[in-house]
Amino acid sequence: MAAGFLSSEFVHNYKRNASAIAGSLILVVFALIVVAGPLMVAQNPYDIAQLDLMDAFKPPMWLEGGEARFPFGTDGQGRDVLAGILYGTRVSVLIGLSAMAMSCVIGTTLGLLAGFYGGRLDAVIMRIADIQLSFPSMLIALFLMSAFGTGIDKVLISLTAVGWVVYARTVRGSTLSEVQKEYIQAARVAGLRDGKIIRRHILPNVMTPLIVVATVQVGTFILIEASLSFLGVGVPITEPSLGLLIKNGFDVLFSGLWWTSVFPGIVIMALVFGINLFGDFLRDELNPRLK
Amino acid sequence: MTATPALEAVSPKEIPAKTGAPLLAVEGLRTWFHTFSGTVKAVDGVSFALRPGEIMGLVGESGGGKSVVGFSILGLIDPPGRIEDGRILFEGRNLAGLSEAELRQIRGRDIAMVFQDPMTSLNPLHTVGRQMDEMLQLHTDLDAAARRARCIEMLESVGISRAADRLSAYPHQFSGGMRQRVVIAIAMLARPKLVIADEPTTALDVTIQAQILKLMRRQIRDNGTAMILVTHDLAVVSEMADHITVLYCGKVVERGPTDDVIRRPAHPYTRGLIDSIPDPAHRQPRLKQIPGAVPDIRKLPKGCSFKDRCFRAQALCGEQVPELVVQGDRAHACHFPLTEGDSR
Amino acid sequence: MLGYTIKRLLQMIFVLWIVSVIVFLMMSFTGDPVFMVIPIDSTEAEIAQAREILGLNNSLIEQYAVFLKGILQGDFGRSYVYRQPALDLILERLPATFEIVLVAIVLAAVVAIPLGVYAGANPNRASSRAIMSASLLGISLPSFWVGMMLIFLLAVQWQMFPSSGRGDTVDLGWFRTSLLTADGWHHILLPALTLSLGTMAIILRMTRAGMMEVMRQDYIKFARAKGVSRRGMLYGHGLRNAMIPVVTIFGLQLGDLIAFATITETIFAWPGLGKLLIDSIYRADRPVIVVYLMLVAVLFVVINFLVDIIYTWIDPRITVK
Repeated sequence: MAAGFLSSEFVHNYKRNASAIAGSLILVVFALIVVAGPLMVAQNPYDIAQLDLMDAFKPPMWLEGGEARFPFGTDGQGRDVLAGILYGTRVSVLIGLSAMAMSCVIGTTLGLLAGFYGGRLDAVIMRIADIQLSFPSMLIALFLMSAFGTGIDKVLISLTAVGWVVYARTVRGSTLSEVQKEYIQAARVAGLRDGKIIRRHILPNVMTPLIVVATVQVGTFILIEASLSFLGVGVPITEPSLGLLIKNGFDVLFSGLWWTSVFPGIVIMALVFGINLFGDFLRDELNPRLK
Repeated sequence: MTATPALEAVSPKEIPAKTGAPLLAVEGLRTWFHTFSGTVKAVDGVSFALRPGEIMGLVGESGGGKSVVGFSILGLIDPPGRIEDGRILFEGRNLAGLSEAELRQIRGRDIAMVFQDPMTSLNPLHTVGRQMDEMLQLHTDLDAAARRARCIEMLESVGISRAADRLSAYPHQFSGGMRQRVVIAIAMLARPKLVIADEPTTALDVTIQAQILKLMRRQIRDNGTAMILVTHDLAVVSEMADHITVLYCGKVVERGPTDDVIRRPAHPYTRGLIDSIPDPAHRQPRLKQIPGAVPDIRKLPKGCSFKDRCFRAQALCGEQVPELVVQGDRAHACHFPLTEGDSR
Repeated sequence: MLGYTIKRLLQMIFVLWIVSVIVFLMMSFTGDPVFMVIPIDSTEAEIAQAREILGLNNSLIEQYAVFLKGILQGDFGRSYVYRQPALDLILERLPATFEIVLVAIVLAAVVAIPLGVYAGANPNRASSRAIMSASLLGISLPSFWVGMMLIFLLAVQWQMFPSSGRGDTVDLGWFRTSLLTADGWHHILLPALTLSLGTMAIILRMTRAGMMEVMRQDYIKFARAKGVSRRGMLYGHGLRNAMIPVVTIFGLQLGDLIAFATITETIFAWPGLGKLLIDSIYRADRPVIVVYLMLVAVLFVVINFLVDIIYTWIDPRITVK
């Protein structure tokens, strides 16, 4: 099995695809940051006891006045920008991943139910999905956050509320075509319970297209979360994500203190770019129509 | 395919101008596709010739490389495909050596093509008139009114009524058979010298097939056009073609005048194809199919590609690839060809 | 056609009604508007009186009825902050947002479609790969950060462009536009570019995907067999077919632009709807938020309807019914 995978066309194409390799390398780096980020820096940027106002607004270390302690400089409270980024990346990535997982579970479940049972349930779920899809995700999330107030949990709820639709639609479509197939009919005739048919037979067959959707969605969610936080309706100041770091940097940008916003921006770009590079490769590989 | 489309009893032999220099001579054509899982030698050393006004049947099972021959002639092979070797002499010019711009002058004007599926070969967003007019704009100096008149005349000649009105219709407003008539009309518009018809009736209803074949033959005859009829259906070829070239796994296995080949096939593969024609005229007791399937063309067995399906295969067939043996107007590539004595 | 329009109209009204219910419920369950309208030092009695006047003591259904009646009469209440009708505030800001979105989408289409056609027609060229990588970067960039960087470099450091505001405008009576003055264009370029980047990348990718799909079709090969030139094949036969999926996302992209205009307008202090919305969210200026949402809902529903109509123009196979 493992040997078969390693010699498969998928792996072969991966090895020849520079952007897929670049994308996955970026993702490996970010995985390390998420797991061990806080261990890489001395300062905990959110422990006020460790901050010193004397260190405020130090430029990056290679500029005049910079210090090796703060390679990317410090913000107005003497907080190490690098430390802020490492902690913030964690928040951003975890929000993206959790919201994706929640959307995927809820959307897939609803899609399976709609596709398998059809009828009124299907009509209601799909009608909601249709209406929701005619509005931009960003706006729905913004509206929900403005009603809820800031908080990581609320960001997660808002992102899930906009994210489930794409899974529900995809899964419903594949379920509909799967239900028609003879082996499902046979399983039904054989008296297998619906739950079992759905889990054992339909679910595994509708998962593949979701892999691409899920990968790309993590990137989208990270960007939406950053935008919400930038607007001040995302994560709270006590648990800043990359987006909130950029917002804080924006307030001092006009005074020429660029490093507090430039570096978090580059990091978020690299992160989402890595996700999209890899997602692009997956899309080409998993979509048999393009072969 | 099931029943053979019955054609009117005009023998193809009556076509004039079948002597003299060939219109098209394909010599040792090799068109290969370089894919991840290996090189697909879709066409591997194919030769044949065609005189003006002749109809040649290019026969074989699907996957035998027949269509690739047609596309190679027009220079329509896209990567990963490539013409590796061979010459395609059309009126003495080697098409395989021409630039894209030079080929464009030949496509449509000298050599036209009819595709298999009329449902997909017309642009869904353009009117039929526009798609016809395009051909004339590209290849004639006619003014708009003359082009329109020619289009109407052509549509009528392929049996489409109210032709003037139909020019402004879209393809989706036509049935499959009607669309194939339009495709044929487009192909014949610029009065080409050669038409390559790639399975022109395969996608159509059986009842429509006969009509379309009849129409094609009349068009070909009226215009003195030559035709390569690419098909898997030997029955169609036997009714239409002057001579036959049989392809198997990218190679010519048999070639010769239609009646002769049908009456006394030399290659067991040809014999198999003939035996699987469900035609009561041949009075065989029951339909025979060739056992097995076309092998994976990327992993051809050593020796003769057909040996695993052949009832006459012997040790030599596994050792050595049979060469094409030419005898007069017949040719075959078999170590143990059938003779008159091997009656069915 | 008439039947179709009526059917769509009913659907649109249904969607708008659903939106009004959702907006109303969300507003009712979050925060207490009474504290937005009374002075801070109000007594209990004054608060109670204000509640009574605002109708907050009635049942939700009754409150919704009042809310809906107001909407239908174009009366969304007064802004708590600006003390003027919320609808007027929104309408006053509408042109600025309309312009920035218009310039952004035109910019996106003009850049993206030719590049997408090129990349789709020559998928294996190095230049196509570069275009695709750039477009992937385009959808990976946080647009607010791009805006900030543009401001920092082009406005603050090199002072080539103004960093905020809308510049000189011309009053056309019903519409105040900045697109008729050089100063207006000078002001709109940076925010419109910022706004358009994401959409540009997505239209490019859709055009390319559509083009690649179309290039595989038989009718393209048939056109080539007719002797059609490469250019004629790409633009005469390919592009219109490839545009069908692009039109689908055009509507959605327009929606996204309106949504993301909130951020762009905030960064560039562009006096449009988006900035008004964000300011109103900060100040819990509920009536303004409600008008904004209802207006945007109407816009999206109309855009979707128009997209369906445009479909039938592009694709003769689709008929409205």
